[in-house]
Amino acid sequence: MSDEEPEDARPRLAVWKFASCDGCQLTLLDCEDDLLALSGKVEVAFFHEAVTAPDEGTYDVSLVDGSITTPEDAERVQHVRAVSRRLVTLGACATAGGIQALRNYADVAEFRAAVYARDEYIDTLATSTPISAHVPVDFELRGCPIDRGQLLEVITAYLAGRTPDTPAHSVCFECKRRGTPCIVVARGIPCLGPVTHAGCGALCPAYGRGCYGCFGPSYSTKFPAFIPLLRRDGMTTLDIVRVLRTFNTAAPEFDAASRQEELG
Amino acid sequence: MSADTERELPLGALTRVEGQGTLRLRLRGDRIVDSRLSVYEPPRFFEAFLRGRSYTEPPDITSRVCGICPVAYQMSACRALEDACGVTVGGQLAALRRLLYCGEWIESQTLHIYLLHAPDFFGCSDIVELARLSTADVERGLRLKQAGNAIVELLGGRSIHPVNVRLGGFHRVPARTELRPLRERLRRARDDAEATVRWVAGFDFPDATSDHDFFALAEPGTYAIESGTPTVLPAPGAETQAPRTFPLSAFSEHVVEHQVPYSTALQARLDGRRHLAGSLARFAISGRWLPPEIRELAREAALGDPAGGAVCRNPFRSIVVRALEVLYAVQEALRVIDEYEPPPASHVDVPARAGTGHGATEAPRGLLYHRYTLDADGTVTDAVLVPPTSQNQGAIEEDVRRVLEARLTAGRASDEELAALSERAVRNHDPCISCSAHFLRLSVTREE
Repeated sequence: MSDEEPEDARPRLAVWKFASCDGCQLTLLDCEDDLLALSGKVEVAFFHEAVTAPDEGTYDVSLVDGSITTPEDAERVQHVRAVSRRLVTLGACATAGGIQALRNYADVAEFRAAVYARDEYIDTLATSTPISAHVPVDFELRGCPIDRGQLLEVITAYLAGRTPDTPAHSVCFECKRRGTPCIVVARGIPCLGPVTHAGCGALCPAYGRGCYGCFGPSYSTKFPAFIPLLRRDGMTTLDIVRVLRTFNTAAPEFDAASRQEELG
Repeated sequence: MSADTERELPLGALTRVEGQGTLRLRLRGDRIVDSRLSVYEPPRFFEAFLRGRSYTEPPDITSRVCGICPVAYQMSACRALEDACGVTVGGQLAALRRLLYCGEWIESQTLHIYLLHAPDFFGCSDIVELARLSTADVERGLRLKQAGNAIVELLGGRSIHPVNVRLGGFHRVPARTELRPLRERLRRARDDAEATVRWVAGFDFPDATSDHDFFALAEPGTYAIESGTPTVLPAPGAETQAPRTFPLSAFSEHVVEHQVPYSTALQARLDGRRHLAGSLARFAISGRWLPPEIRELAREAALGDPAGGAVCRNPFRSIVVRALEVLYAVQEALRVIDEYEPPPASHVDVPARAGTGHGATEAPRGLLYHRYTLDADGTVTDAVLVPPTSQNQGAIEEDVRRVLEARLTAGRASDEELAALSERAVRNHDPCISCSAHFLRLSVTREE
């Protein structure tokens, strides 16, 4: 607990929110066992969802949840960068633009009119973009939502002055480690595991379902070789475009593969 | 502050709510002439991009509307899509859905009680400060929340955006032995939940009364969570006092959303009147179906006798009702686990067909409605989501107005005190405005 240390000796942590579901920053509150221990080591100086405290001064680590979708937020993220020594993005929205980046393939004026009767009240950008499209980012955490263990690793690493260690290989490695028989081989279920970034612990295959790519592309995606496997397991062009266009739709590898697939 | 100047004060962000918005208040003397909750959450256009998706996708896609209540979105989506396809999910699959939902109720309601709401009653800025005052209480809250997470993680794979839900049921259902470790944990959680009720019942509650119509699902014989009939309990003073129901398919004729210029969240009214969904409404409408020992606790907590139709209209006491609901969810979870027999298949088939389907469930914050229209191959051609906070927005604004007026009638108050009080009045309803919104910043304009 914080009583043992003087408050100002602790590094300052901030949590910022842009367009998102709040789930990634909520992960911090889901670290129940570690939450109070962590609060002894860092000062959670700014975190609207959990703390009544104004944004003042600078922060050692800023965690950023959400994507940039409005002109004000494009300004605000500059401020966040300016007051942060380390800036870490949390999850698919902040790292890749999130599901709201589906607007990037559509006419945002039409979207606005479809949801709001008086769309002139709504100020929004034509695209949803990741934080890295606006300011330099020190570390990007993947996932929709992020993994609790990876979040704690990043915070701990920066507190210790080292580089966070989160594996960049594919979900396939995690199935092997978990001992889950390959559902593609054993059951013919299409699975994005071979092209998807690790971090979830290969949850979906453990529940008998193909990976749907919520951690975005891994560091080696070979779509020309991979897409035919999805077809072999029964997916149509439309199915493939849809599965690539979800929570990481604007991640460059997924975006390129879905556009290529549409062209045929 | 001089007597006749009008000013607008930015008093900082409204914190400890989920999502971001602004509260704007205009004062003249001790009258609040206007109270507006503006939601500035950037619009994300779910209803627009759901068009053209496969009917199998909305449960996963709409869970991303809200990281606080993803199960609620998955359940309302499944019910609406299964309704469109003419499929009913019953038996043990329905029981497992209720179990999953109980997990979300436990963790989400406990999150609100301990991390967001309780600090208000101790004058603390957050749970860390509260933990210094009362470590054992906060530890109990975190343990209880963890029990809810454990249910969602076991059944769903993870607590935020679970992966195991699909149309017709689940991708995989657990064996009986897999649920056994949860029982031990939930027995402890039952003690923690009961202690929570007693703890929050001892808080000091400001006097306040609200006059919103209550709106919740009702299902005779049970405290409605994942199914039921829309039911309205009119406020005292309404023309007709009798509770009324309507079929879910008529939802859009009764609950009408309209847009206000100051918010990205649509506001809803029920048959032209201001209404409130959530814990207070559920307790008033379904309280009689709570088990006897929970009804007894409600009486002890000064909420009256639910068997006799007790109604709590003090929004500050919603934290007590929320605690009772956590206890109920823990007991329900234990009951479902005790009665569980693995179903013959992990899901029933849901073949696509053209049509429109309606689905509503009780998200922790209140009734969440989904409607989808499908074409014959199952492509979504229209989608409507009505979250509880858009329904509650009008009631929240009215509560803030009443609470502040009562305070100003009692004598002069500083802007800081008014700000803190209005934040509390907002937090009473656990608003989750990430479903549409941003930055709750409070500004006060005084006209005297």
